[in-house]
Amino acid sequence: MLNSLLLLIGITLMYSTPLVFGSLSGVISERSGVVNIGIEGMMVVGAFTASAVSYFTGNPWLGFLMAGIAGAAIALLHAGASVTFHADQTVSGVAINLLAPGIALFFCRRLFDNAAMTPVCTTLPKLFGEGALNGTPYASLNVDVTVALGFAAALIMWFVLYKTKWGLRIRAVGEHPAAADTLGINVERTRFICVLISGMLAGFGGASVTLAIVSQFTQTAISGQGFIALAAVIFGKWKPHGAYGACLLFGLAQALTVVLGGGSIAIPSQLMAMLPYVLTIIVLVLFVGRSAAPKADGVPYLKGSR
Amino acid sequence: MQDISRRHFLGTAAAFAVTAGLTACGGGNAGGTGSADAGKSGKDYKIEMVTDTGGVSDQSFNQSSWEGLQQLEKDNGWTVQYIESKQESDYATNLDKAVDDGSNLVWGIGFAMADAVAHSAKTNPEVQFAVIDNAFEDAPKNLIGVTFRAQEPSFLMGYIAARTTKTNKVGFVGGISGVVIDQFDYGYQAGVAYANKEQGTNVEVQGQYADSFSDSAKGKAIASKMYSSGCDVVFHAAGGVGAGVIEAAKEANKFAIGVDRDQAYLAPDNVISSALKRVDKAIVEVSTKIQAGDIEGGTNIDLGFSEDCVGIPEEHKLIDDEVYKAAIELGDKIKAGDIKPPFNKETYDEYIKTL
Repeated sequence: MLNSLLLLIGITLMYSTPLVFGSLSGVISERSGVVNIGIEGMMVVGAFTASAVSYFTGNPWLGFLMAGIAGAAIALLHAGASVTFHADQTVSGVAINLLAPGIALFFCRRLFDNAAMTPVCTTLPKLFGEGALNGTPYASLNVDVTVALGFAAALIMWFVLYKTKWGLRIRAVGEHPAAADTLGINVERTRFICVLISGMLAGFGGASVTLAIVSQFTQTAISGQGFIALAAVIFGKWKPHGAYGACLLFGLAQALTVVLGGGSIAIPSQLMAMLPYVLTIIVLVLFVGRSAAPKADGVPYLKGSR
Repeated sequence: MQDISRRHFLGTAAAFAVTAGLTACGGGNAGGTGSADAGKSGKDYKIEMVTDTGGVSDQSFNQSSWEGLQQLEKDNGWTVQYIESKQESDYATNLDKAVDDGSNLVWGIGFAMADAVAHSAKTNPEVQFAVIDNAFEDAPKNLIGVTFRAQEPSFLMGYIAARTTKTNKVGFVGGISGVVIDQFDYGYQAGVAYANKEQGTNVEVQGQYADSFSDSAKGKAIASKMYSSGCDVVFHAAGGVGAGVIEAAKEANKFAIGVDRDQAYLAPDNVISSALKRVDKAIVEVSTKIQAGDIEGGTNIDLGFSEDCVGIPEEHKLIDDEVYKAAIELGDKIKAGDIKPPFNKETYDEYIKTL
């Protein structure tokens, strides 16, 4: 029993971490008023960069860092198109989702002898050290260090958004950019920076798959996490702590299917596979209620327009 | 006014970016063709293969297939080529393209492509078609389905697992339940049952499906659960999910068994063996027969130990020599037909009765 419970916690945390980074990426971007549906693409690029850099340098931390930078570089396209040039943010995001896997695959083939996946690379350490608790039931609590980083990122974003002047400005820009502009806030610059941070976080999210959950980049490493993260943003009402909770819930639902499935009681695995979605709908209806986006979310800001 | 025109321009630019992204993918299909020195030795037999969405360097059966074709090019001087599919909707177009290229034989790699190939075969009766991993019912005369008896190496994996475990518990992680994965599942279980009988042990098998072939986090979660509940050897037949299984083995310092290719390179201290499907050999064998006309169209070919198209790796540093030898002998028995590993629930139940 204790074993199953600890396992449940461990799996929940492992599963939710890439989603946490992804959803924080969505929160920061959308709070500043830029819809970012390109999270998935940014995560793919981050996932590839992380494992490639870690493979060549043997330093997973450098890989993690470079994943953030690569994510931000892709986000630069999104920021340029949708903030500087006021293009449609959805179109730009879709373009990134189409472009990014191509970029990752191209470089992967270039660098790794035409292979569609990277070799096995050095991964990030565990929270309590490699194999520290092996042999005890608490081994499943020895989660990846990215779990702690994800939590820290959520905490920092909550603090910045709600407790600092800069956070207030971000929220103002997302709700009513014209008002913010009249008060001397540089709307475009604020949004631009937020989109870059968004890309960086998505890159970290990708890295937390290929440097912690598995130890190589494959074409299926990122398969839908970016979109689930997007759902977590809405589920969590565009708040960092809300999104974090939503990701934990998604993770828990997935962990339940694993822990409850495959036992001696024959529950069809197809039925178990439905659990995350059913649970999501139930929680959404019962506890979350209406979720409203920042008012100016998705609307390019044109100076002087009404 | 200026703003409007600027927006218009950028709308176009963004649309262009999307198109560029699409053509980039499309370019992969068209441009992703292999070497094509047409009929150097005068034998102008042309074979093209269409990959499934894994692509030609998937370090799995697409790659094996291409290696098989390259072998044919080297040995017989035939022209060989591949076309990569980026998504399932590419199958039909890519098959058409392969036909338009003037191929004599077109290979479709993977059961996902079976319907598309069957359709293409009906509309192009002058071209030969063959599919890996699918058996057809009443196929046209120019179509051959090639399947593998994956239960045979899986049986050996079960045997090895049961004799390697110290905890008397072994695991199986499946991708999505179906004809192909059932072969691995029941073959493995039967292997464990055989070892139990032979050794008088009582090793139990825990099995669970991930309902995915790509979700490696789920594979890792399932395998972690198995290891924490006492399993010390876990076999996977789950594509990308398996990467998570092997990662879990690494972290828990337990054993895993790979699939399709020798996956020991993923974790040399943890992957004790792999259930191999020699798709490259199958491609060579079947292509040669088709070219020579030694094979009747509209049939299915089932390949296993006796055709040398499945197997286990020679490397076995993590397995006792004695166990490995016993496994090889079992393989010979399967080859001789003395043991017929089961491949689904019914045959498994029957097999257990005969033990």
